[in-house]
Amino acid sequence: MRQSSIKRWFFQNVGFASALALLTVIYLSYNMLHPRGFSSAVAIQNTNEAAAIAFVAMAQTLPVLLGGLDLSVGAVMTLTNCIASVLVNGSPGQIALGIFLTLASGTAFGFMNGCIVVFGRIQPIIATLATGAIAIGLALLVRPKPGGDVDGDLGWALTNSVRDFADTYGIADGGDAWWLRPFADIPVPFLLVVFVTVLVWVPFRRSVTGRTVYAIGSAEGAAFMSGLPIARAKIAAFTLGGFFAACGGLYLAIQTSSGNADLQQAGAYTLNSIAAVVLGGTSLLGGVGSAVGSLVGAMILRVISFYFRILDIDPLLQPLIEGVVLLVAVSFGAIRTLRVKNKLDLFR
Amino acid sequence: MRLVLSPENRPIVIASLFIVVILLVGTAYTLSTTGTAPLLSPRYLLQQLQTGSFLGICAAGMMMVILLGHIDLSIPWTLTAAAMTATAIGGEMALPTALVVGLSVGLLNGFGVAFLRIPSMIFTLGVDTVLRGLMVAQTGGFAPQDSATPLMLFLAKDRILGIPVAIFVWAAVSIVIATVLTRTGFGRSIYATGSREAAAYLSGIRTRLVIVGAFVTSALCASLAGVLLAGYSAKAYQGMGNAFLLPAIAAVVLGGTHILGGRGRYVGTLVGVVLIVLLNSVLSIMQMPEAGRQIIYGAVIIGMLLVYGRNLRVTS
Repeated sequence: MRQSSIKRWFFQNVGFASALALLTVIYLSYNMLHPRGFSSAVAIQNTNEAAAIAFVAMAQTLPVLLGGLDLSVGAVMTLTNCIASVLVNGSPGQIALGIFLTLASGTAFGFMNGCIVVFGRIQPIIATLATGAIAIGLALLVRPKPGGDVDGDLGWALTNSVRDFADTYGIADGGDAWWLRPFADIPVPFLLVVFVTVLVWVPFRRSVTGRTVYAIGSAEGAAFMSGLPIARAKIAAFTLGGFFAACGGLYLAIQTSSGNADLQQAGAYTLNSIAAVVLGGTSLLGGVGSAVGSLVGAMILRVISFYFRILDIDPLLQPLIEGVVLLVAVSFGAIRTLRVKNKLDLFR
Repeated sequence: MRLVLSPENRPIVIASLFIVVILLVGTAYTLSTTGTAPLLSPRYLLQQLQTGSFLGICAAGMMMVILLGHIDLSIPWTLTAAAMTATAIGGEMALPTALVVGLSVGLLNGFGVAFLRIPSMIFTLGVDTVLRGLMVAQTGGFAPQDSATPLMLFLAKDRILGIPVAIFVWAAVSIVIATVLTRTGFGRSIYATGSREAAAYLSGIRTRLVIVGAFVTSALCASLAGVLLAGYSAKAYQGMGNAFLLPAIAAVVLGGTHILGGRGRYVGTLVGVVLIVLLNSVLSIMQMPEAGRQIIYGAVIIGMLLVYGRNLRVTS
C-alpha cells in the first residue's frame, strides 16, 4: 500500500521528480568537483545567487498554472527593487515599514494585473506585457539612476548564515546558544525562501482558491460549470504572483544594497522565470505543477552557472552552454509525444 | 446611416483613428510650443516610417506565428545573428547568408514546436539563448569591426524618388505576406491551424509543415530586418534586436490579431506598427523622459485592448 502511493505520486509528478533528481545530481557533483569541497560559505554564496530568481520563478508559477503567462514579473521585481532601495533604511521601525510598503506595492501591482485580466478580459500574456512597461516606467520614476541605500546590518544579516544573523542582532548569545547550534550554518536566504513557501504557498495551494487555480488551468469551462470562484482565483493568482515578485525585488535590494531600473535585467528575469517554471515540471498549458517545482527549476538554472566557476570554462562559451543546456532540458518534454497513442492528443 | 463594422475590422478602424489622434495631439503640442507642425510634413513622416520599417518587417513575420497561436521569442537574436553573419561575410554573399541564417533558425524553431511539440514560448526562448551564446562566442562579446556592405547601406539608407528604400522593402514584404495570407492555400491553412489544430489536421492539412513554414517566415523576416538595421547603423552590434521583440508582439495584437491565433488581418498589423512608431516619435518630440514613455506605452496598449481586444467570458 505504502509503496503504491509513492509510485502513484511519482507518476503524477514525473516532471517535478525528474527536476528534483537532476538538481540533486548536479548539485552533489558540483560540490564534489569544488576545489574546497562542501562548506557553509559555498552554500551561502550559492543560495544568495539563487534567492531572487527563485522568488521570481515562484511568481511566474501562478499565472502559468492558470494557463496564462505573466510577462511583468521581472518588471515588478525591478519596481519593488527600486522601491526597497529607497525605503528600507533608518530606524528599525522605518525598516519594517519600508519592507511592508515594498511587499505591499508589489502585491498591489499583481492585484492590478489580476483585475485587468479578469474584468478587462484581456489575455494575460498581452496584458502583462503592457503592465510590465508601466512597472518599468514607475521604477524609473522611483530611481532614475542606479544606486540606493539599504540598511547595512539587514543586508549582512539576511545574506549570511543563521549564526551571523543572530550575531548581528545580538540574539541567542550572538549566535552561540546551544539550541541554535544545529541550525547555525544554514544560509539565511535559504530559510527565507523556505519560510515564504511554507507560510504562503502551501496554505494557498490547499485553499479552495488555490485548487480553483489548478481547475481553471485544466478546464476553465468545467471549473465555471462547477461553481468555482473563477474571478477570485484568477485575481488571487496574479496578486500572489506580485507578492512573490516583490519578495524577489526586496531580496535583490537587500543583497546588492541598491536598486537599478534596468530594462534588460527585468527582461532577463522574466525569461529565466519562464525557463525555471518549465524546468520545474509545470506545464505551460496550465493545471499541472507547483511553485516548489519552480524553486527547483530556478536552482537548476543557477547551479549550471556555478559550474562555470569551478570548471575553468572559457567565459565566452558560457552563454552558449547555458542556452544549449536549457534547450536540451526542455526538449526532454518531447518524450511525451512518443507515448501518445492517439495522434489527436498532440494537438492540445 | 449607421456604419456596421465586422469584428475583424473594428480594431483596425479604431487603431487608425487613434493614429489620427496621436498626430493631432503631437501637432497641437508643437504648434503651441514652437509654432510649427513638423509631424504633418511628409519628409518627417517618411523618416519615421523608415525607422519603423525594421519593426514593421519583424511584426509581419511575428504575425504569421501569432496567427497559429504560437509566439516567436527568438526574434532578437535571429536578427542580430543574421546581421552579424552578413557583415562578417561581406561582399555579394552578405544578404543571402543572412537569409540562410534566418532559414536555419526558422527550421529549427519549426522542428521543435511542430515535431517535438514543445511549447513555442520556451523552445524559441531556448533558441534565442543559444544564438546569443553563438554570437558572443564568435565575436568575443564586442561589436564586430566589420561594416555593412554597399547593398545593405543602399537598402537601409538610400532614397528612390525621395522615398527611403527601406519603406519599399517593407512594402514588398507586406505585399508578400498579405498575399500569402489571403490568396494561398498556405495562408488559409495558417488560419485553420490557428483556430483549431486538431480540426485542421482532420481536414487533411499537414499542420506540422504549416507550423514550420510560419516559423521560417518569421525568422526570414527577422533576418531581413537585421540586414536592414545593420545597413542603417552601418554595422552590427550586440543586442541590436532586443528593442524589437515586445513592440512587434504589441503591434500585431494592437492590429486586432488574436494572441491565441486564428483571427486577424495583415492591414491591422501595419496599422499597429504605424501606431507604435508614431506614438514613440510624438513622445520623443515632447521630450518625455523614459519613465513617462514606458508608462504611456503600457497604458495605451491596455486602453486600446480594453476598447476592442476583450475576450468572451468562458462559460462552458
